[in-house]
Amino acid sequence: MTEFDLIVLGAGPAGISAAVVAAAAGLKVALFDENPAAGGQVYRLPLDTSESTQAAEERVGHQLRQDLAASAVQTFFAHQVWAATGDYRIDAIGPRGPVHCAARALIVAAGTTERVVPFEGWTTPGVIGLAAASLLLGSQQILPGRSTLIVGCGPLLAAVAAKTVANGGTIDAIADLASVGEWARALPAMLSCPELLRRGIGWWRTLRRARVPILARHTIIKVEPVGERLRATLAPCDAAGRPRAGKHRTALVDCVAVGHGLTPATELTRLLRAAHRYSRAAGGWIAIADQDGRSSRPRLYVAGDAAGIAGAAAAATHGASAALACALELGGADRSRLERLLEAARARHKRAARFGRAMARLMALRAGHVDAIAPETIVCRCEDTTCAEIDEAFQAGACDLNQLKAWTRCGMGPCQGRTCGDIAGELLARRTRVRSREYVGCFSARTPLRPVAIEALTGDFNYEDIPIPTAAPI
Amino acid sequence: MHVRAAERSSIVGIFFDDQPLLARTGANLAASLFVAGIRTLRASPRLHQPRGMFCLMGSCQECLVLVSGQRKLACQIAVTAGLRAQRVAKTGTDD
Repeated sequence: MTEFDLIVLGAGPAGISAAVVAAAAGLKVALFDENPAAGGQVYRLPLDTSESTQAAEERVGHQLRQDLAASAVQTFFAHQVWAATGDYRIDAIGPRGPVHCAARALIVAAGTTERVVPFEGWTTPGVIGLAAASLLLGSQQILPGRSTLIVGCGPLLAAVAAKTVANGGTIDAIADLASVGEWARALPAMLSCPELLRRGIGWWRTLRRARVPILARHTIIKVEPVGERLRATLAPCDAAGRPRAGKHRTALVDCVAVGHGLTPATELTRLLRAAHRYSRAAGGWIAIADQDGRSSRPRLYVAGDAAGIAGAAAAATHGASAALACALELGGADRSRLERLLEAARARHKRAARFGRAMARLMALRAGHVDAIAPETIVCRCEDTTCAEIDEAFQAGACDLNQLKAWTRCGMGPCQGRTCGDIAGELLARRTRVRSREYVGCFSARTPLRPVAIEALTGDFNYEDIPIPTAAPI
Repeated sequence: MHVRAAERSSIVGIFFDDQPLLARTGANLAASLFVAGIRTLRASPRLHQPRGMFCLMGSCQECLVLVSGQRKLACQIAVTAGLRAQRVAKTGTDD
């Protein structure tokens, strides 16, 4: 087993910057990610690297990868971390088999999961996540369809629509849960990052030129397959995301891209039993942490969106401050220099996070939206658990999310409740008298964190090599 | 539909359920099947409803396929020449 001072989990902007800064501070650092290259989702390595483009994400991603390559960080790409223990031992599966490492400290920079609030037909092939559409257009250079319907909330709506249009695709419409007023209220915070605001205005101009209809305060209520295409129904909604009476619109498209915000990835911190709290503005359950991401557990840090949604720009600055705080805690040399760097990283982070948190508020879960899920709609995609079955379990006495899981299998499938956990928690909380997410809790994290094949763990062996313990005397 | 025409040298043949397809070397298998019009990748284990690529980042587990006899997420597989993938006959069981 290889020993490190620090293991960083996740090689997005938070993880890369944490690993690079920690290594520069003199720590022996390992960086794990399940993807084949560093960058995370926002800065994912494009398939075609030969063509230089002016896309801002590609430049930032390129710079992060260069910084990492120039550092002393030991990287483990294409490695799935499936277990972590209380003494900070990490078990992963990589292309060359199982890997076991241990460290004095951990920084969890696991990013987020996209939230999709279920609606009738949302499991139909061709309905994809908004983040998936963004990855198709970005790293894979594929249009999601000739015509696409974009629904949900947050800045990714305009980003995906503008990229589709710029690459010759058609956007049937954008349906945004937010009102124009909500965007206007986010504007002062957006002014804190002028370059990001400029990019947003560029998207909006592209959409105006292409005359893409933007339906504010609209939600998707249904998708049905029509041959190879999809017919989607949109309805006006109130501020809580609840569909209201009014004109329904239908669209016949190749692809529906839907995203209702992001939830922090907390499997690792939940597995390690750090204290968590629910924060709707931060995207859901988050590890309780100070400004540098120091959790309730000794030498366990969280950084970036996994610590609460604040966007990719803020993730990088948060990763740096977590790494510096960690280096100080582990007794790094030249403390006064590290403290100065930490102060500077905190100041940069404050500015970057202001923008991201305003976007996160636009993407926060809306209670009325979840109330509108129809009884026969599937909530847990892995186990096909419907909203009616969740209701039935609640009626039978399940008022805790893990009780619900045991009774209905909701959240028990291969995705480990990453897709449905936030929605199931909200559904259950809305049914209890206290209506509190803390009261119903969250799914317990379990190993393996990702499905792993037993043969991948055991490798090749001869039966003769298996030690047989001698039987205990009778 | 691809955004830009790929260089011919990067186009390779792959197979999905023995159906020959063209894809770009290094491209994501889930994305390559999606752009080739193959949307349904598996049936859900309980209600046997069609499912396909959804999150494209290794989280949702909807794009589970067989690659060289092993269960893999298509979104975590890079296309190589001659790659053979199949639908999983039945999920949730051992056969």
